[in-house]
Amino acid sequence: MKAVKIVEGRAYPLGESNIDTDIIIPAHYLKTTDRKGLAKGAFETIRAKEGNVFDNPEYKDAPILIAGDNFGCGSSREHAAWAIKEMGIEAVIAPRFSDIFSGNAFKNGLLTVVLPEADVERLLEVAKTDPITLDLENQVVTTPFQDRFHFEIDPFRKRCLLEGLDEIGLTLKDQDKISQYEDVLASDRPWV
Amino acid sequence: MTKNPRTLYEKIWDAHIVERREDGSALVYIDRHLVHEVTSPQAFEALRQAGRPLRRPDRTLAVPDHNVPTTARVDNEGHLLPIADPQSAKQLAALAKNAPEFGVRYISATDPEQGIVHVVGPEQGFTLPGTTLVCGDSHTAAHGALGALAFGIGTSEVEHVMATQTLILTPAKTMEVRVEGKLSPDVSAKDLILHIIHSLGTAGGTGYAIEYTGEAIRNLSIEERLTVSNMSIEAGARTGLIAPDDKTFAYLFGRPMAPKGQDWEKAVQWWKSLATDEGAVYDKTVIIKAEDVQPSVTWGTSPEDVVPITGVVPDPASFADPAKQAAARRSLEYMGLEPGQKMEGLAVENVFIGSCTNSRIEDLRAAASVVWGRHVADNVKQALVVPGSGLVKRQAEAEGLDEVFKAAGFEWREPGCSMCLAMNPDKVPAGERCASTSNRNFVGRQGPGARTHLVSPAMAAAAAVTGHLTDLRHLEPVEMGEKA
Ligand code: SF4
Repeated sequence: MKAVKIVEGRAYPLGESNIDTDIIIPAHYLKTTDRKGLAKGAFETIRAKEGNVFDNPEYKDAPILIAGDNFGCGSSREHAAWAIKEMGIEAVIAPRFSDIFSGNAFKNGLLTVVLPEADVERLLEVAKTDPITLDLENQVVTTPFQDRFHFEIDPFRKRCLLEGLDEIGLTLKDQDKISQYEDVLASDRPWV
Repeated sequence: MTKNPRTLYEKIWDAHIVERREDGSALVYIDRHLVHEVTSPQAFEALRQAGRPLRRPDRTLAVPDHNVPTTARVDNEGHLLPIADPQSAKQLAALAKNAPEFGVRYISATDPEQGIVHVVGPEQGFTLPGTTLVCGDSHTAAHGALGALAFGIGTSEVEHVMATQTLILTPAKTMEVRVEGKLSPDVSAKDLILHIIHSLGTAGGTGYAIEYTGEAIRNLSIEERLTVSNMSIEAGARTGLIAPDDKTFAYLFGRPMAPKGQDWEKAVQWWKSLATDEGAVYDKTVIIKAEDVQPSVTWGTSPEDVVPITGVVPDPASFADPAKQAAARRSLEYMGLEPGQKMEGLAVENVFIGSCTNSRIEDLRAAASVVWGRHVADNVKQALVVPGSGLVKRQAEAEGLDEVFKAAGFEWREPGCSMCLAMNPDKVPAGERCASTSNRNFVGRQGPGARTHLVSPAMAAAAAVTGHLTDLRHLEPVEMGEKA
């Protein structure tokens, strides 16, 4: 996984709440056996509308997406995170994410930043004209207008993102502990 | 020293810790892994590329369900019929190849046990109380009905479980949803969970593991509990637990993969110890009054958009939150509805009885009892009954339910996800309405432009025979001997 430290640039000011995974990537795009080629289906129903943020040249190739409450609710499809990544987006900012989506995003080096509603509103304003900077090391989002919003992030996730660590590789180093657990399980709960 | 009182969630969590980490996360052992064709190909491929084996094929079970067509799968001579959509065919072929290659038991689309993963797991006894169970599908929450700590995961996590039989997790907060009192005989488990989602909101359970408790929950059958736990994710919770009890043990006894003999005795003993201790504290408790639950239906494009069937489409202006107002306006435009419009009487062109929420034998019985002696209305173009598994299908056929449905003009299909999501040939055409027993009324979920109204099996059946959303309490009784 590629390390993420700073994400800087324009942001799509999407802002709607309850953007579910069927909106992020409709089911008919899920019939793929690899992780690529999903960007073309991303936000299909939104893009079908005239004047949508994604096709506005102002935000072309923006690395940040700003959304409303409960972003990524719905299904567990990791395709949602893959599609967003493939669009060139490296970070999503919202007042709240669904648990499964933020987990999937993290696994793919897509940063999800939770900020209070008022801060997100402010960033949506700024995003219309100016770039935004996201500093993972210091856990802040800043704007050219001296806005400075601190965000929280799980320390394990932060480390993995900053160092670009492969989670499976990390866990496999603990093989012995897993085997020990399995031995105890076999004697305590042999039916499992 | 006596142990601190713990909740069901905490007991299962504690029993599965391989290692606690300083940052609050833990390496958690996964007892059971269900695999289907849509969220697994990339995980298998990544294992192959890294040269990693699948750690515990014996704890893994693979079943195709999302993409499989629900029409006949073999011709009269028993030859496999080709799948028309090349992409679906490719995904299904990938699972058929990957599962045996990695040593995983594979139930193929033509096996009599094939079905939707969340129907197959419990009925095979693969799902057990007190286990951790995962699947690359958000409705994995369903298995919580048997007291399994079950939740949906993404493909990277699928790969992590395949390679290590563990996940790195942080504990969820706990939420008790206590349903007090008795449900009226007119309402089903589906009405109850729609009511709960409406009360909590689609993000109300985010970050929480729900445990459903209370008299009304204890009174539910296991199949009804599966319907409730299944839709926990629609309230934002990855997990929806129900403490195992005698009903759970009776349901599991003798199932093919359930423990036998001495193991069974030991298992039951341990399962009984899992119930939340007296004095244990949940991070949050929500109380629902069973008497408030009515036959319900969704009007919008979010599962929280629920009203009683006797109700009307709400006015977007009536919501306090401006974001909600905007969302409601968008929903109404998509759904082709006006504020104040009555839900009852709204014509539907499609009816779908199926999905992992409502495709078990009790669901089919409930629907058939409404359909018996009646006929699908002329304005209904598609009326599908899709059993959740091959076993459910054969049971229904043994009871003659298929004949009831077919005589009434329903199509009787092969098991699969079908019209729950538009990945296989079963779709709702754009602009048309569907009374559906599935779990999501999202924009485009049942096909681009499809308008979904979530209902119970009995209400879906009532909509089919009247041609519109109907309060099943208003159906004229069919006289014996008048059977059509
Ligand atoms: S029936 Fe629907 S919700 Fe259930 S697993 Fe299949 S697609 Fe998912």
